[in-house]
Amino acid sequence: MASGGGGHSPIEQFALQTLMPLKVFGIDASITNSTVFMIGAVGLICTFLHFATQNASVVPGRLQSAAEMVYDFVAGTVRDNLDDGHEGKKFLPFVFALFAFVLVCNFLGMIPGFFTVTSHIVITAALALLVISAVLIYGFAKHGVSFLKLFVPSGVPAWLLPILVPIEIISFVSRPVSLSVRLFANMLAGHIALKIFAGFVGTLLAAGAWSILSPLPLALTTALTALELLVAFLQAYVFAVLTCVYLSDAVHGAH
Amino acid sequence: MDPIAAKYIGAGIACLGMAGAGIGLGNLFGQFLAGALRNPSAADGQRGTLLLGFALTEALGIFSLLIALLLLFAV
Repeated sequence: MASGGGGHSPIEQFALQTLMPLKVFGIDASITNSTVFMIGAVGLICTFLHFATQNASVVPGRLQSAAEMVYDFVAGTVRDNLDDGHEGKKFLPFVFALFAFVLVCNFLGMIPGFFTVTSHIVITAALALLVISAVLIYGFAKHGVSFLKLFVPSGVPAWLLPILVPIEIISFVSRPVSLSVRLFANMLAGHIALKIFAGFVGTLLAAGAWSILSPLPLALTTALTALELLVAFLQAYVFAVLTCVYLSDAVHGAH
Repeated sequence: MDPIAAKYIGAGIACLGMAGAGIGLGNLFGQFLAGALRNPSAADGQRGTLLLGFALTEALGIFSLLIALLLLFAV
């Protein structure tokens, strides 16, 4: 994202700041605020899961049951949308890692002053490409060339195929695009809207007699924050569900 | 036309896309309520699907809002 030029531009909050310049084989691998928050998110997840499962007992404590709830939630999603047998279990760690990473990044971004990692399309596009590469690699490894039958809907008259096959291919190619843009756009637009409505409070306070109205945008900002918390969770869930749906194509092949 | 004015007009037009998301969300929750009131015992099981549909529909409206915001702040 381009950084806002001075003042209090609503997209200023998404600016990348290089904290420690670093070059690895001519590639810019500097430590930025984005990197710090990604490491923080992964560290948070690992610490939480480590302490939650450290003294695992049959009757779970508070921390352990929280971790079990998250696990059950993702496992249920995988069971319903991917495969309820052995192959679903194989992909559970992958889906769990994606879900946990996106969820914690979204929630960290909701803390004022914190950087939202998932508001940059480069991050979400990398995640989406990871998912689609997994689909392609696993699909071709399991079904071989017949995985391409995915693009040929069964039970369709032959004269329709020249129209339907390109449509199927386009819809497949647009999957990583929509997967990444959905997450990034939700986070970006949500944070910009929050910032704009918060800016109204300040504008109204400085507007003399109109300042009596300033609690209105404040209340709206509070309500928006609640909505954004819901969206932060829902988008992580949607990302996990769609990952499962796409992976189930690779697992089950053409129907 | 003044390019600044064109930018703001474009942002306004881009926001019209959110009307579609509004129709979609109204449909979604309306149909859910209609179904849930007919068979309240089955409603709880479909809450996840409802929220999934909400997120998918809302995302499309967000896309057009994103275009408007990009026009306003990034172009």
